[in-house]
Amino acid sequence: MPITRRDLLASGLAIGCSAAASPLMTPVVLAAAPGENRLVVIILRGALDGLDLLRPAGDPLLPALRPNLFAPDAPGHDLDGFFTLHPALEGLAPLWRAGQLAFVAAVSTPYRGRRSHFDGQDLLETGGDSPDGQLPPSRDGWLNRALRLIPGADLRTAFAVGQENLLLLDGPAPVSSWSPEAELPLSPQARLLLERLYARDPLFAEAAQRAFEIAEEASASATGGLKGAAALAAFAADRLNEETRIAAFSIGGWDTHRAQDRALPRALGELSAALLTLRERLGGNWDRTAVVAVTEFGRTVRENGSRGTDHGTGGTMLLAGGVLSGARVHGRWPGLGEGALLEDRDLMPTDDVRRPLGWLLAGLFGLPRADIEASVFPRLEMGADPRLLA
Amino acid sequence: MDRRQIAAIRWGYGFGPGMAPGDDPGSLLAGLSAPPPAALPPLPPLEEILSRARARRMANRAAREGDPRAEEMVAQTAADVRALRRELTERRLIAPLVSPHGFVERLVSFWADHFTVGARGLVLSLLAPHHVDAAIRPNIAGRFAELLTAAETHPAMLVYLDQDASVGPDSPLARRRGRGLNENLAREILELHTLGVGGAYRQQDVRELAELLTGLTTDLRAGPRFEPRLAQPGAETVLGRRYGGDPASMRDVIAVLSDLAVHPDTARHIARKLCVHFVSDRPDPDHVARVEAAWNASGGDLPAVYAALLDHPAAWAPGAGKARQPFDWLIAALRAFAVAPGRAETARILRRAPVWLARMGQPLMRPPGPDGWPEEAEAWITPQGLAGRIAAAQALARLQRDRDPREFVDHALGGAASAALRRAAAAAEQRWEGLALVLLSPEFNRR
Repeated sequence: MPITRRDLLASGLAIGCSAAASPLMTPVVLAAAPGENRLVVIILRGALDGLDLLRPAGDPLLPALRPNLFAPDAPGHDLDGFFTLHPALEGLAPLWRAGQLAFVAAVSTPYRGRRSHFDGQDLLETGGDSPDGQLPPSRDGWLNRALRLIPGADLRTAFAVGQENLLLLDGPAPVSSWSPEAELPLSPQARLLLERLYARDPLFAEAAQRAFEIAEEASASATGGLKGAAALAAFAADRLNEETRIAAFSIGGWDTHRAQDRALPRALGELSAALLTLRERLGGNWDRTAVVAVTEFGRTVRENGSRGTDHGTGGTMLLAGGVLSGARVHGRWPGLGEGALLEDRDLMPTDDVRRPLGWLLAGLFGLPRADIEASVFPRLEMGADPRLLA
Repeated sequence: MDRRQIAAIRWGYGFGPGMAPGDDPGSLLAGLSAPPPAALPPLPPLEEILSRARARRMANRAAREGDPRAEEMVAQTAADVRALRRELTERRLIAPLVSPHGFVERLVSFWADHFTVGARGLVLSLLAPHHVDAAIRPNIAGRFAELLTAAETHPAMLVYLDQDASVGPDSPLARRRGRGLNENLAREILELHTLGVGGAYRQQDVRELAELLTGLTTDLRAGPRFEPRLAQPGAETVLGRRYGGDPASMRDVIAVLSDLAVHPDTARHIARKLCVHFVSDRPDPDHVARVEAAWNASGGDLPAVYAALLDHPAAWAPGAGKARQPFDWLIAALRAFAVAPGRAETARILRRAPVWLARMGQPLMRPPGPDGWPEEAEAWITPQGLAGRIAAAQALARLQRDRDPREFVDHALGGAASAALRRAAAAAEQRWEGLALVLLSPEFNRR
């Protein structure tokens, strides 16, 4: 009987990120293909101000809480009569009209109190449930744990895009990683000589082999001219058009402690470009795709003394793609009034960010709810289906 | 590898011109008492850094307020900051490049990573390199307590881990301005800098240490200082010992750090880190135990700790299991090419170095978090990381196209090259491709 990758995983032979390159992992026996649905996870590092992305313009308290950040006479692009979209995201209005843009308001990870970026991001990516930011002992990413549950998933199923090591995808299940900035300008002879040199060092041999394979595939992705998040998105889309079903990357620039009116549009422009690039490059596959953008926590409801906002708690999740159930703002809105704020400063989270993420995994990849609650997000109670997908 | 090669490659930044000879612990340790590299320009004083950053901020404020002179101020202060940043950043590359004592430079890098300060943003991009040369470098050959105190109280650390935003909740200033405690520095001191995450501390110790640290602060105007009006009144208990009382003072901070520095958990944590960093991702337990014992016996006297680290069979075992991190790799490559400061070509290389380092996965002084860079070879030899090395090796090799790869292979590795690598270097189509192959070989990428 052939040994499958899942057997190896179960036997504990696959350890750490080197598993991606182990020769034992290469002859994968495909039990089944992972299906046609696609998931893109974008980590927004630095704490996106969800209240400026998705503005509760219908709340009469907003102008007083944010005198420099919200102007009642220029509230942004109206979505549903209560919420408006930040003007820098005007380019996403067609997605909203097409039912391909949605939000979950007032979500957060279980992280409370200390509001540290790195703890918050680590908790977001590991999917842990510790309010003080303690990581689960396995220290692997929830998307890697989900990957282990997807039948037929192999090295190419999930792709971490960009230069960083994404904790979100880190763990025993093999994943691919590449940065569209990377180039492999080797002559055939130099490549041959290098491969010979690496023949006796498996770590180098396998990294080089993957690098050559990906670089060849990537050479077809003309990301030339594209910069920043759009280049990451274009590369991700090209992989998703092939065998990849899960892609993840991050966008920074959200830590808007000062002059948010100038700082935030830059970051939102990156996000908008990434989403529009994904839609364009995915073509027909956009209809089988869900994109979710999540951040470590929200920001203070009141603007601070330097026309910015400080670290908060409740934030906003953004969803896009052709598999969404429609243009909606999901979630329970907690309000901004007296007593409604957490510690009289932050938007009160009314849902755990892991619940909509869990439902996305269930809907896109058919993962059983019990498995998600047992191993992707341990101890999470997923609750009622929010019907994010069509 | 023979001992001479191990001394240069595992314990140093590789072979280069002007390096001190030696293949034994004594000659490596001798570098600790040598003066800083003579070719290193003087370190810009902290006051200059603070005043440049302050000027930059004032120009921004003037621009926001519509001051008509703002445009000129912004341009001038931005240019000043850029020049200063380049000067400070290049020191990080030049020091290991020109130093005859590779082991000392590797220790500087080890401790700079142990006491990570991410060089992000205006203030930290200037303060982080200053931290390395002002707080770390002068203190690596004394007691750990002194290094710890210098590293934690430098303004770079105070800003990076938010100590400048921490105020005793019952201090006079907190009551007036509604500010409060920030536990960030206290937590990282215990978790990362001393006891380690498995150490004998609880959340209550973090909180009490944070309260004890209040008063320690910095800003761009007055710099680092102890400000009693910010300090939490009363005594604090950390790991069962009482510190402070009224009036609060810097002495209490030094007292608690001195105790943490000699705590057995600190010895265990850092002994293991040293062995992992220098020798193996899976270190020999006996090696770790010897280093730990030297720490405990000497009260954290760092030269004694280094002596124990070097004086063990594992330290000189021939197999090279570690991957050179990109910074290590780049410095070794530049040393192999004898790139020397002061030449036009060197200036070009130093300007491009940060881009190469970022593509290889290790942007200069910008690790992902306060826990610094990963150690495992698998974290570095990834497809994109290796692609970054290939691109950097080729770019560097093209700049050295008149070098003969058949000589370079011995020069760069001090004779440690395999026969296969010698053949490959000679078989490349062009000289520069042969040079790049040497830089990309497993021999040159492991230590």
